[in-house]
Amino acid sequence: MFDTLSERLQSALSEVRSHGTLTEDDINKAMRQIRLALLEADVNFQVVKRFTAAVKERALGADVLESLNPGQQVVKIVDEELTALMGGAGRDLVFASSRPTVILMAGLQGSGKTTACGKLARHLREEHKKDVALAACDVYRPAAVDQLVKVGSQVGATVYEQGTGRDPIDIAEWALGRAKSEGRDVLIVDTSGRLHIDADLMKELAEIKKRTKPHNVLLVVDAMTGQDAVNVAEQFAETANFDGVVMTKLDGDARGGAALSVKAVTGKPILYASTGEKLDAFERFHPDRMAQRILGMGDVMTLVEKAEREFDEKKAEELERKIRRQEFTFDDFLDQLHQVRRMGPVSGLLKMIPGLGSQLSGLKIDDRELDRVQAIITSMTPEERANPSLLNGSRRRRIALGSGTNVSAVNQLVKQFGQMQKMMKALSQGKMPSLSQLARGR
Amino acid sequence: MPSSWNELFITGEDAPAAAEAPAEERQGFFRRLRQNLSKTREALGAELQASVFQTLDDEAWERLEETLIYADVGATTTAMIVERLETEAGSGELSGGEELTRRLTEIMAEVARPGEMTIDLRPHPTVILMVGVNGTGKTTTIGKIAWHLQRELGKSVILAAGDTYRAAAVEQLVEWSDRAGCDIVRAAHGSDPGAVAFDAIEAAKARGHDVVIVDTAGRLHTQHHLMDELTKVRRVIQKQIPDAPHETLLTIDATTGQNGLRQAMLFREAVEVSGIVLTKLDGTAKGGIALAIAQELGVPVKLIGIGESLEDLRPFDPDDFARAIIGS
Repeated sequence: MFDTLSERLQSALSEVRSHGTLTEDDINKAMRQIRLALLEADVNFQVVKRFTAAVKERALGADVLESLNPGQQVVKIVDEELTALMGGAGRDLVFASSRPTVILMAGLQGSGKTTACGKLARHLREEHKKDVALAACDVYRPAAVDQLVKVGSQVGATVYEQGTGRDPIDIAEWALGRAKSEGRDVLIVDTSGRLHIDADLMKELAEIKKRTKPHNVLLVVDAMTGQDAVNVAEQFAETANFDGVVMTKLDGDARGGAALSVKAVTGKPILYASTGEKLDAFERFHPDRMAQRILGMGDVMTLVEKAEREFDEKKAEELERKIRRQEFTFDDFLDQLHQVRRMGPVSGLLKMIPGLGSQLSGLKIDDRELDRVQAIITSMTPEERANPSLLNGSRRRRIALGSGTNVSAVNQLVKQFGQMQKMMKALSQGKMPSLSQLARGR
Repeated sequence: MPSSWNELFITGEDAPAAAEAPAEERQGFFRRLRQNLSKTREALGAELQASVFQTLDDEAWERLEETLIYADVGATTTAMIVERLETEAGSGELSGGEELTRRLTEIMAEVARPGEMTIDLRPHPTVILMVGVNGTGKTTTIGKIAWHLQRELGKSVILAAGDTYRAAAVEQLVEWSDRAGCDIVRAAHGSDPGAVAFDAIEAAKARGHDVVIVDTAGRLHTQHHLMDELTKVRRVIQKQIPDAPHETLLTIDATTGQNGLRQAMLFREAVEVSGIVLTKLDGTAKGGIALAIAQELGVPVKLIGIGESLEDLRPFDPDDFARAIIGS
């Protein structure tokens, strides 16, 4: 369903190369594709119009003789313009000179505020070594206070709560007083979800802001939001004049055009991205990566960084030696598996590879498959791991039993391992097997 | 087409007369919905009026396209609708702005009505499975459905607190069961949601409840292991009652953009979604993605949520929905 923009542009501009420069007609064709792709990514209609106009101007008359591929050339222009539009002069969280730094969180219902509060608290504790407290001011949604208390205890943050009987404005003020007297570094104020057109609740938000004088006001926005993102952001900007945005649910397959729209219309930067169920799935936002996500170009930078973080150089050298000497064993395999999996779910990793993202939309990569592989290998004796030829029928039955799988699963793994060893032999001898050969080997 | 709770649910009994929504209340609701939607139009300046069609120039068609795109109908479905209307207008079947607007509304309502829009409560017990992405309003919707069934239609309802993952989700549902005055089956945090569904259905059979509503944890449709878990919950239910779940409702947040189509597609693959609950229509979002879902997947909207209060969960009316989108 989602072809990448870069593929679309290339097919739209496939005949261009013959005449050397992009003509007005070519550009119009390309702009149509860009427009469609951006609309499918939920970029606001007005923003799309302005954006395509800007890209068109730059692309007109661009010399495509020098580049091998005019489609790529336009993609490059689009990518640069998108990054510029989304990045620009952003700002970081501001820390106050006297404690506590107050961060006010606001947003629509269900955008993920409470979870984002917990994740931000954890982030500030781990990355900035701050002592963080949370104020539970969502007195409207049933059990929201309970949720914050639970999340708070998971991330090691104190939660100031007074149940649901009091006015959220009073709770906020009271929590600020406690944070001051207890000398907390940061106070994060969780508020209830509210509609941007709900006058009473927006007034309440303005009042909470007035009383707590936050150093940072963050708007929490669901990455899956459609055209309405702009209305929401404009209204919240008017009432609470927020400083930055936290994008949530970016672990899904939404393109996140809302991020672009919000930035373009309000000028407020996206500061953080929430990318998973677990409380550590929270990172600084990178505009260039988001541009590539919107275009469906993958996220190589994040992948490289993740790999760097988890990569153990010594182990890699040893592995290389083993592969050269063809001593690669099940133990090494298990080790590799651990290393890859430390980077996160494999399905998530593959999505970051350019060009793969769209191809994978129908393909299921089940991380539990890897759990089974691990279980099978750990059910082998050290001798068996070093020397798979030992694995006869009765040993395989024992392993299947021990790993909670079945013999055919064990057989399959042993067979695949054999093929992998062969492949590595070929690699170390400088023969690179083609991808299709690899795929057939499965 | 259902316009009240009694028409939405097929109970196989005569409806209690008192529960019929008075016409006044109905009007009040539509006025409210339109008022909310008119704010959108003002905000965006993309107003589409009958007068748009006085001259059938390119600009008029473009403005129509814009209106539909702004409502999150999506490029594909928008193109389809505009093309249909354009063809009919071109062949001279329609003349005048009013007629075009009327026909446009008809086409959109038709698209929004791809299948059975009622919910059959005749099986005993009827099992309703509730699924959706995090934060789309599953638990709240269940609470409100339970309230209506229990308090207005006189059904005996039991809830299965199957969201054993999110902190305090069970507590939230317990509060709703108190309000609705219905039973609830709950289990410890982190326990198997299939087991909760199992227990609730067993309890319903033993105690003679009419309706079992199974809550599930919110999950992104891209998380395969969580989607598999959902398939398993469905299988557990099916084992107990072969034709259950009788209704599988997917909650979609009206502010959702084109990703809503992916959500519906993958949830349908996992649990055979039979209807959509379009929530949070009380904001400025128009929920046009529901039109794309109906058009491309053939799954109809059955309920809409237009506010926080109990009365704000309503049966879906395609004609009103269509009118609201184009703001006529």
